[in-house]
Amino acid sequence: MIQTVAFYLFSVLVIASAVMVIMARNPVHSVLWLILAFFNAAGLMVLVGAEFIAMLLVIVYVGAVAVLFLFVVMMLDIDFAELRAGFVKNFPLGIAIALVLLAELVLGIGAYRAGMIELGVASVATAPVLSASNTASLGAVLYRDYLFLFEAAGLILLVAMIGAIVLTHRRRPEGARGHQDIGKQVRRDPEKATVMRQPEIGKGIDL
Amino acid sequence: MFYASSLYFTGAEIGLSLSALVLLLVAAWGGQKTARLVTILSVAALVGATIFSIHLFDTASVEIAGRAFGDLYRADAFGSFGKILIYLATVAVLIVTPRFFDHRGAYRPEYPVLMLFNAVGMGMMVSATDLMTLYIGLEMSSLASYVLASFLREDTRSAEAGLKYFVLGALASGIILYGVSLVYGFTGTTNYDAIRVAFAANFSTGALFGVVFVLAGMAFKVSAVPFHMWTPDVYEGAPTPVTAFFASAPKVAAMAMLVRLAMEPFAGEVDSWRQIVIFAALASIVVGALGAIGQQSLKRLLAYSSINNVGFILIGLAAATPGGVASVLTYLVIYVAMTIGSFTALLMLRDPSGEPLDNLADISGLSTSRPVLAWCLLALMFSLAGIPPLFGFWGKFVVFQAAIQADLVALAAIGIAASVIGAFYYLKFIKVMFFDDATREVEKHSPTGHWTVLVICVLIISPLGYLLTIPLGDWTTRAAASFVAVM
Repeated sequence: MIQTVAFYLFSVLVIASAVMVIMARNPVHSVLWLILAFFNAAGLMVLVGAEFIAMLLVIVYVGAVAVLFLFVVMMLDIDFAELRAGFVKNFPLGIAIALVLLAELVLGIGAYRAGMIELGVASVATAPVLSASNTASLGAVLYRDYLFLFEAAGLILLVAMIGAIVLTHRRRPEGARGHQDIGKQVRRDPEKATVMRQPEIGKGIDL
Repeated sequence: MFYASSLYFTGAEIGLSLSALVLLLVAAWGGQKTARLVTILSVAALVGATIFSIHLFDTASVEIAGRAFGDLYRADAFGSFGKILIYLATVAVLIVTPRFFDHRGAYRPEYPVLMLFNAVGMGMMVSATDLMTLYIGLEMSSLASYVLASFLREDTRSAEAGLKYFVLGALASGIILYGVSLVYGFTGTTNYDAIRVAFAANFSTGALFGVVFVLAGMAFKVSAVPFHMWTPDVYEGAPTPVTAFFASAPKVAAMAMLVRLAMEPFAGEVDSWRQIVIFAALASIVVGALGAIGQQSLKRLLAYSSINNVGFILIGLAAATPGGVASVLTYLVIYVAMTIGSFTALLMLRDPSGEPLDNLADISGLSTSRPVLAWCLLALMFSLAGIPPLFGFWGKFVVFQAAIQADLVALAAIGIAASVIGAFYYLKFIKVMFFDDATREVEKHSPTGHWTVLVICVLIISPLGYLLTIPLGDWTTRAAASFVAVM
């Protein structure tokens, strides 16, 4: 009973917030609705027993991706009037694309009902991992069976980081443009950093 | 799963990774001035890894297959042999590197650290017995190579070489990955042994596509025709010591990886991949020889020469026998000696102000200005052309022998005929050095490190090298025996 209630609650909220993502006028609100959608999707994942994917959704999508979106959107200078300008002109095209997608969905579901296609059969059957939670099984595969590769992949990331720094970082000589003296920046005090001027109208100001 | 034995078998990689991490810290704290110290310590780490690999090579047998981490990695005789060659080539390159960059004030401690990570990746490539290990090793080595190619970042040509290598290398990695995914999809496993078993049961057209894609990506990595276009540009633009490195160690690693792939998971499908290898071999020999003829830049010339040599190595692989594998390894040893020798000689060619000379016209009259260097280059060029008293001939000989024993007489005949074309530009090189009048002034002295590397390489390819034929034959046969149990 409680599962059914939870399922419908999460589903309705996912759909509603997904609709709000595209309906919201303010892009910042869109991203916030997106975060709500992610949270509810995570709830659905928990319901079907995929707790690891639920954690990933919250940690990676909400924690990193959506927040990144939020920053990007906040930095954009969006003219809302311009956004809506082409709506009527592009309306038929949008409807056409929507119809194509609908047809695809119907066809896909019909094909799925009719039985799936055998593209190829794996010759070696892999034994399913039993009697452990998703997280524990994934951990076992990642950190026990493929420990060597996991560590090596970490080294690849390190190499990429060294490469990026080697190719772009340059220590600028003292006095050159772009040279940064952190000590000097920290020692700066407000009295010396700001000046008050009263420029006369029509004359330039000498800073 | 036994971690103790796994850690023992992967000792070379682990040792190199740890030294690279420590040296990275030294570089981060010590800054620019530690460059030389880090280089020396890197050489020491590589020598240590070489000694460990020699030990593994000695103790390896068919029974102790050196399987580590659930057969993701195998430290067998073949892998150890490849690694010894790779590490020694890397050491030689590190010895001749600093002077080239010092002249421009661009040498930094990250260079040897990237070389070490590159060596780790190459070791994984050679020992990979799982498609995932193969891919991760390949990426580690490639990623470090892209950075090394553009290490002279003030130089636009170096930056161009790095970018070109990066874009095309990423494309090749994508092709390999696509092939790997097809192979995995049709067999349900990425393990080499299991793939062979699965292919023996059922080899479908989709799996064939996978094999072809993997081989095409590999052909790119070894710069075999028709995937060779990047080679001359990258070799020309990259700093000369880096070019010397690209032409030696990563090529050995990619070739060993290709051989293992062909002889282990795809061993049952020889008929499927042999025609591809034969085509790539002949095309590489012909394109490598013809392309080199018009070149004025010595680095481009050596790039085409390396494409040409890859063709000969692939002939050994086309034989698809243990004898063929042994001949590939023999050729690789000789090829590395010739390549490192030629590039070291190239690095010693500088004008009195220290500017490197790398045009064909610049070396005219070298026999009068630097007779010893000219004679060394003469030996190296004759050896690359495969002219008998020199050891380069032996490499070609064993490769053709393996091809004939595998009933590929036509392939051997065309290969021999095409190698005559290649002789032309090697002889032109020698003619310019010995019979043309000098146009540029040449620096008279070179440091001991360069001389040591050059003299060792020249001694190996000189007629004295024939003393090596018996031990080299033994070693390569032992290494190739790694696959006998499998086949």
